[in-house]
Amino acid sequence: MRRNRRLPITRTRGLALVASAGALAIAVAASSGAASGASNWSTTTSAASGGGLSALIKAAKAEGTLNLIADPLNWTNYGEIISTFSKTYGIKVNDVNKLGTSQDEINALKTLGSQSRAPDAVDVGQSYALANGSLFAPYKVQAWNNIPAANKDPNGRWANDYGGYVSIGCNTSIVKVCPKSFKDLLNPAYKNDVAFDNSPVTANSAFSGLWAGALANGGSFSNILPGIKFFQKLHKIGNFVETPGLPGAIASGQTPIVIDWDYNNAAAAVANAGKFKWTTAVPTDASFAAYYAQAISAKAPHPAAARLWLEFLYSPKGQNLWLKGLGRPVELQAMIKAGTVNKTYLKALPPVSKPAQYPTQAQVTAAEAVVAKQWASSQS
Amino acid sequence: MGIVAVLDQSSSGDPAARRRRGIPRGAWIGLAPFVVYVALFLGGPLYEVLYGALTSTKGALTWSNFATTFSAPYPATFLSSLKLAVYTTLIGGVFGLWLACAVATAGPRSPLRRIVSTGSGVLAYFAGVPLAFAWIAALGRFGEVTQLLQHIGINLNNTSFTISSLTGVELAYVYFQIPLMVLLITPALEGLRPEWREAATGLGASTFGYVRHVAAPVLAPALIGALLLLFGNAFAAYATAYALVGDTANLVPSRIQELVAGNVLVNETNIGLALGAEMVVVIALVMVGYAMLQRRAGRWAQ
Repeated sequence: MRRNRRLPITRTRGLALVASAGALAIAVAASSGAASGASNWSTTTSAASGGGLSALIKAAKAEGTLNLIADPLNWTNYGEIISTFSKTYGIKVNDVNKLGTSQDEINALKTLGSQSRAPDAVDVGQSYALANGSLFAPYKVQAWNNIPAANKDPNGRWANDYGGYVSIGCNTSIVKVCPKSFKDLLNPAYKNDVAFDNSPVTANSAFSGLWAGALANGGSFSNILPGIKFFQKLHKIGNFVETPGLPGAIASGQTPIVIDWDYNNAAAAVANAGKFKWTTAVPTDASFAAYYAQAISAKAPHPAAARLWLEFLYSPKGQNLWLKGLGRPVELQAMIKAGTVNKTYLKALPPVSKPAQYPTQAQVTAAEAVVAKQWASSQS
Repeated sequence: MGIVAVLDQSSSGDPAARRRRGIPRGAWIGLAPFVVYVALFLGGPLYEVLYGALTSTKGALTWSNFATTFSAPYPATFLSSLKLAVYTTLIGGVFGLWLACAVATAGPRSPLRRIVSTGSGVLAYFAGVPLAFAWIAALGRFGEVTQLLQHIGINLNNTSFTISSLTGVELAYVYFQIPLMVLLITPALEGLRPEWREAATGLGASTFGYVRHVAAPVLAPALIGALLLLFGNAFAAYATAYALVGDTANLVPSRIQELVAGNVLVNETNIGLALGAEMVVVIALVMVGYAMLQRRAGRWAQ
């Protein structure tokens, strides 16, 4: 474990860049008054208690590497977020198993422990964050107070980072009139058109899409069954296909209508620009949103880099980069209030007719059990 | 041909003589890399699967993972997987045997025979994502065949047929099951001596009589063994189905994927491992059955 004994405020390029991010500048100034005696970053719970942001940056640079896992580069603009972080601080970022799942991330934390190739920070579905708190290091970023109370662990083991709405993506060169709601999907014109990105028992986005379908058809947070019935009906009339609506299937036209997070559909629009137009609509009859959660590994091999990564993600710069990828950053409301939000990106978000509400964890667990039991048989 | 080699080996000399000879001491050194390899890459994972299947997430010993696999939806999934394996085995077996018979009657140097045996060798291992891609490119929504059919007035898109279904997956599996059957059964067909037929005819047997009393009993062990292999092959396959229909396929490997590496079911990995252990049992039974049948089939190969 590297320790940082001194606390010089060196005006590096990276520091200047971060300092220009407004809110952080105050913290940097404050940290200059902090005492020495820093810092075992693997047990440090905030930048201030570790000697301030500048000490964190110095320690992170000394580590030189950050290990990430399962952050696809075209997912909520992760590619630009990672490269910006890497360039700003001169830290090499290894993002392995880019298409991995939340369970893959948890498995990696458990099996790799503190090896040098183990993940430093993870981005997992909410349920995985709640169920695996002991694997995470408590750490509160400087912007902690900008995160709504409902979106973070009171002990700082995880916090939501960005979220999105279930949306309907649509290829306008194959589909003449794009669906605006779940009810529209029943239109016989959409034969063999409608797909999820994978099974709702594997993919969180499809699971959420199924639940949104339930809300649109008389279901509720305590009753996901109407969603299963709806997609069973959609399958029977031949509109819903089991082909996973992944980027390849979207590009080849195999799945002209895909139910997925709005930021994923937005990424599909960018990826296929020039070939066809891909529109993204949040269904008018169901607003279902969910957040992902960011956490630092308790055994992170690069504890300072991991903490700096979170500071970056929760700074206005990181949050705006998520917004650019049409993810809805968790500090969005605070940023709108403070005027730090990028207005161009904000305007590009697909409109939402009803504000989203969120199921409780108990409701999520119950709904998952129902879907796990009934999905596959409902489709055969 | 590997199968022939196996047949030859198992029938060389009388069993007692072989036992006396044993394995020469030096052979163990040559065998060591193989043993290490198998221990690492078969034994290691097998231990992990069994250990995980028998422990809770907290690490305590438990049967509950196995118990869970006997509740919905898993029995139905196992049934669906078994059905898929049986259907594709029967279709692959019938057509493969038919093709192999046709080829076996041709002379050993005939071009038909060479083409079929080379083609089968390649196609039997043409599975997984490449096969799914070929399938999508041919019969997918915008596949070549789909579009050709459209020209002659058949719009697949308006029918209930889609390759993104279990039926589509079955059809894709048949594509590698038939050539595999040809590969497996051809050596046995070649083992049928023309003299036997001549002898039977000479003794007054009709063609049916020859098949009924000579060919069928000789072929039976090899035939059943080949079908068992086809069954195991289809039962354990995953990549083709995954590429065509994702994890929605009602197949055991898909359920395992959801449990072991999903984004929805939290900390249920060990139930997936229990399902995996059950698949290991099924495949182990298939392999034992196959080995026993091979021993019988070997009798006639000399």
